[in-house]
Amino acid sequence: MAYLELDRVAKQFGAQTVVDDFSLSVGKGEFISFLGPSGCGKTTTLQMIAGFLDPTRGAIRLEGKDLTAIHPAKRGLGIVFQSYALFPHMTAAENVAFGLKMRNVPRGERAERVRAALAMVGLAGYEDRHPRRMSGGQQQRVALARALVIKPSVLLLDEPLSNLDAKLREEMQIELRQIQRTIGTTTILVTHDQNEAMSLSDRIVVMSQGKIEQIGTPQETYEKPASAFVSQFLGKTNDFPGMIDRVVSPTQLVAGSWRAPAPAGLGGPVTVSVRPERIGFADTGLSAKIVTRIFQGNHWLFQCDSECGPAIVIRQNDGKPQPAEGEAVRLTWRPEDMSVRGGASV
Amino acid sequence: MSMAADERNARAPWALTAPALMLFVGVLLIPLATTVMLSFHDWGQYKGIEPVFILKNWHEIATDPYYAEMFWRTFRVAILTTLLTALLGAPEAYILNRMSGRWKSFFLLVILGPLLISVVARTLGWALLFGGNNGLVNKLLMSLGVMRSPIPFMFTETGMIIALAHVMMPFMVLSVWAALQRLDPQIENAAMSLGAGPTTIIRRIIMPQIMPGVLSGAIIVFSLSASAFATPAIIGGRRLKVAATLAYDEFLNTLNWPLGAAVATLLLVALVLIVVGSNALIERRYAEVFR
Ligand SMILES: Nc1ncnc2c1ncn2[C@@H]1O[C@H](COP(=O)(O)OP(=O)(O)OP(=O)(O)O)[C@@H](O)[C@H]1O
Ligand SMILES: [Mg+2]
Repeated sequence: MAYLELDRVAKQFGAQTVVDDFSLSVGKGEFISFLGPSGCGKTTTLQMIAGFLDPTRGAIRLEGKDLTAIHPAKRGLGIVFQSYALFPHMTAAENVAFGLKMRNVPRGERAERVRAALAMVGLAGYEDRHPRRMSGGQQQRVALARALVIKPSVLLLDEPLSNLDAKLREEMQIELRQIQRTIGTTTILVTHDQNEAMSLSDRIVVMSQGKIEQIGTPQETYEKPASAFVSQFLGKTNDFPGMIDRVVSPTQLVAGSWRAPAPAGLGGPVTVSVRPERIGFADTGLSAKIVTRIFQGNHWLFQCDSECGPAIVIRQNDGKPQPAEGEAVRLTWRPEDMSVRGGASV
Repeated sequence: MSMAADERNARAPWALTAPALMLFVGVLLIPLATTVMLSFHDWGQYKGIEPVFILKNWHEIATDPYYAEMFWRTFRVAILTTLLTALLGAPEAYILNRMSGRWKSFFLLVILGPLLISVVARTLGWALLFGGNNGLVNKLLMSLGVMRSPIPFMFTETGMIIALAHVMMPFMVLSVWAALQRLDPQIENAAMSLGAGPTTIIRRIIMPQIMPGVLSGAIIVFSLSASAFATPAIIGGRRLKVAATLAYDEFLNTLNWPLGAAVATLLLVALVLIVVGSNALIERRYAEVFR
């Protein structure tokens, strides 16, 4: 049963449609990421859930109740902004206490909950600091504590980690995931970082130009991308033009000199999409020449020139000798490691 | 050798600032010192200025209640003008800041436009509207039978305060405007998402953050109003004198330069003390917001 439901939500600014036909149902306790390039409407969608923007069309429901009819101040959602939007004239504790004060939580309980919330994000002892005297990561934690202390029904995070440096971001990702698991708050995270989306979420909503491209678990979206956009946006990928040959029997899928039994019910030209780490060197397969070979510590990155266009191959550094630049190789992969798009159904 | 280099390094800042320093000393410090000296000189109707060192002028200012009343009026007018500009200017800047693009630039121009017009012209505008029986507004109201006699505006403190507030308003609006620009654009949404209503947001979130802007605007408006000359001279005339107009009269009408110098010096010292004092207070109080 859906906890939070977006039903064909759309948003227009003037004539420009920024979000269109957005339908999603989020289960209680789920961690969802909105992933997409800049300007694809992630923030707009989040702000419609928060109530700072009204949808042009469609409905948003929380536990079956129409959320758009409720004033943003009464929705009881926790929001962490990209800029944190902390109150600079208040200490960390006062920032966290603000939402509780608005809810008329009695002083004693308030102090206890503020202390617990700050301790949870690892800021015990920072109660009396003002935000401007805190580091970016600490401010981010205060913002998280401020959003969580009101026990929100849904936690909305708008690129909360994008202002942090790479190392701190990774630490905060782990911490965020742990906190979310512990307290079980339904969470929606907006991000344009595919690694962040994959390592944090139960499901990812991949967006492009205001539309949903795919909704699925991190594995699904990575292994079985629904469109070329998804496969390209979620990490590196190789797209080879292929053909399903129905003349021979059994029918075969052919890409250059690589061939395998064809998937049932498809015919004609198709696109074969394979992740670079799933391609191996063998005696048969797509013939290619290695253009550059780059050593990256735990793996090797090969850029090849194949009969089906440029290809990238990633091999684990297992200590065995690797083909050299300029060498002719054959590329192969298991049929279950590729996804096939296009083609006419037969 | 390194010592010579050090010496040269130490001298360089002085050499570089010397031209500005000389200008500063020449046009500000020397006249100022002369004015202070002048306030200790003697003056008589027939003997003119006598370069002696006496406390006659200071004694007169300290004992004659006329001066106490005049200084009290000066600061009362300045304080009330400051309050009026803050009460009107802060909301004005806030509303202006919330307007969308084109309207924002238009109204900003409307507010700043008056700075391009001379203070004298702006004040004379008030005099044209409210000046006695011939003022436009007064004429209109009286011919309509709304009023029997003209609205008392000219030669009143109220009139002086209103006209001064009008002249000073851009400084307050600009100062609050600058403080508003430093606000996080999402801060109101953040407060709203935590359950705060519009009045709470303004009172608990916006006000404390723009307070430094209001206060620095207040310091500017206060010091400009307390030393204002043109507006009090036109609206207050001979009857309602403030420190600046009194000093002017002593210098140019009575020709009692030493007394005028004493009034000017006292005004300056009082203003410097008030401005420096309140500035220090504000900076301490709002250290967190200023950083
Ligand atoms: N108030 C507005 N008026 C007009 N257009 C807007 C408005 N807000 C956003 N847009 C447009 O809507 C589109 C989506 O904006 P949105 O902020 O949702 O993108 P985003 O996915 O969050 O991007 P980013 O990753 O850069 O934050 C953009 O093209 C933007 O120009
Ligand atoms: Mg955004």
